[in-house]
Amino acid sequence: MKEKQSYIGGLLHGIGTLLTGMKVTSREFFTPKVTEQYPENRATLEISPRFRGRLVMPTDENGNHKCVACGLCQMACPNDTIHLTTESITNEETGKKKKVLVEYKYDLGACMFCQLCVNACPHHAIEFSPEFENAVFDRSTLVLTLNKK
Amino acid sequence: MFDFSIVTHWIHNLLTSLMPDDLAVFIECLAIGICILLTYAIIAIIMIFMERKVCAAFQCRLGPMRVGPWGTIQVFADVFKMLIKEIIAIRHADKFLYNLAPYLVILASIMAFSCLPFNKGMAVLDFNVGIFFLMAASSIGIVGILLAGWSSNNKYSLIGAMRSGAQMISYELSVGLSLLTMIVFTDTMQFSEIVERQADGWFIFKGHIPAFIAFVIYLIAGNAEVNRGPFDLPEAESELTAGYHTEYSGMHFGLFYVAEFVNLFIIAGVAATIFLGGWMPLHIPGLEGFNTVMDYIPGFIWFFGKAFFVVWILMWFKWTFPRLRIDQILTLEWKYLVPIGLCNLLLMVIIVVFKLHF
Repeated sequence: MKEKQSYIGGLLHGIGTLLTGMKVTSREFFTPKVTEQYPENRATLEISPRFRGRLVMPTDENGNHKCVACGLCQMACPNDTIHLTTESITNEETGKKKKVLVEYKYDLGACMFCQLCVNACPHHAIEFSPEFENAVFDRSTLVLTLNKK
Repeated sequence: MFDFSIVTHWIHNLLTSLMPDDLAVFIECLAIGICILLTYAIIAIIMIFMERKVCAAFQCRLGPMRVGPWGTIQVFADVFKMLIKEIIAIRHADKFLYNLAPYLVILASIMAFSCLPFNKGMAVLDFNVGIFFLMAASSIGIVGILLAGWSSNNKYSLIGAMRSGAQMISYELSVGLSLLTMIVFTDTMQFSEIVERQADGWFIFKGHIPAFIAFVIYLIAGNAEVNRGPFDLPEAESELTAGYHTEYSGMHFGLFYVAEFVNLFIIAGVAATIFLGGWMPLHIPGLEGFNTVMDYIPGFIWFFGKAFFVVWILMWFKWTFPRLRIDQILTLEWKYLVPIGLCNLLLMVIIVVFKLHF
C-alpha cells in the first residue's frame, strides 16, 4: 500500500495516471487495425500455423507418406473418427511380413479437433492444417481419405 | 469572410415584399424550425457514426464496414430500425409522464442547440444573455431524465434517474463556473459578440493559464453533464441494466439516444465557440498574409472542424477511462472541480483587472 497522498499530490498523481491512459489509447488509435475482413482478404489471409482446421497426411516430393499403419491414432481417437484399413505384405527377399496402409479414412464431421491422434503418432505422419473452409452440402463428403494421392 | 446574414436578409426582404410582415415572420420561423430539426437529425447521425468509428479505432478495430462503403449506411439502417420498432406501454407506469419525458429531453437539447453560432450571421438564437439561456435551457433535460426514471415503475430506472439528477446538477456548477470565468474575460454573454472578440486570437490563447484550466474543467464537467464517458453511471448497464431509459423502446428510446449524442455535440460546440473561437478563423496578430488566407475558409467549416475536434477529445476520454463510482464522481466534482474552478475564477479576475492577458 502506498502512503496517503496530500490533496495536491493526489491531484497531480491522478492527472498523471489519466495522461498515461490517454497516451496508450492515442497510440492505439493510430496503429494499424487488427480486424480481418474475411471474405475480401482470402488471398492474403494468414491463419496461425497451430490452428486445427482439418487433419492431413503430408507427403514428400515422391508422394510417400510416413504412416506405418500402426493404428495408434485410431485407438487414440475418442470419437471413432479415424478408420485404418491395412494389409500385410510379405517382402520377397527377406520373407518378413510388413503391415502397410491401404486406406486412411477420416470423418471430419465427427472430429472434435482434440489433436490426440497427432500426439499419438510416433512418426509425425499426420498433422492438422490451418485450412478452415470446411463447409460442404452433404455429410458424406466430410469423410475424407487422407492417403489418396 | 462569408456573412450568412446577407442570405437571411435577402429572404426576409423577398418575403415581406410578397406578403404582410406577420405572415413573413411566421413562415421564417417555420422554415428555421425545420432547418434546426434537420440539422439536429443530421448531426445526430454523423455523431453516432463518428462514435462507432472512433470507438473502434481506439480499440484497434475497424467498426462498421459492411453496410455501404466504410459502413456509412449503417447508421441510417439503425435509425430506420428504431423508427419501425414498437413503443411498448408499460403496465402501471405513469402514462402521461412516461410519454412526456423523452420530449422534454429532446426539447432541452434542441433549445440549447439553436444557440450555437455556426457561421457569421448564422445563429438562430443570438441575444445578450446567450450563455445564460443556454445553461438554463440545457438544464431542462434533467427534468426529463428524472421524469423518465420516476414514471417507468422500475427500481433500476429510478435509481439511475436519481444518480443522474445528483450528477447533472452537481456538474452544472462546474460548467457554470468555467463559463463564468470566460464571461469575466469577455464581459459579454452574447455568442456573436464572444466570437467577434476572438478575431485577434482565440480566448484559449488570449486568456492563457486560467482559460486553459477553464477549458479542461469545462470538458470534464460537460462530459459529466451529458452522462457520457467515464461518467455514464446513470446508465451503468452493468449494475442498472440501462438506468433511466430501461423501460423505453422504439423511438422514445431513440430520442434519449439522439439527445445524448447531440448534447455531446452541443458541449463541444460551446467549448469550440467560447474557447476556440467558434467560426472565427485562426488569426495570428501581425501575420496579415496568413490571416487573409485563413479568412478564405468559410466560418462553418471552422466551427464544425473545431466542434468535431472537441467531440473527438471527449470520445478519447470516454474510451480511455473506466467508469467512476457515484461517490468518486461526487468527490471529483465537490472536492476538486469546484474549488479549482473558484480559484481559477479568482485568477481570471486578477488577470483581467491587472491586464495580464494578451
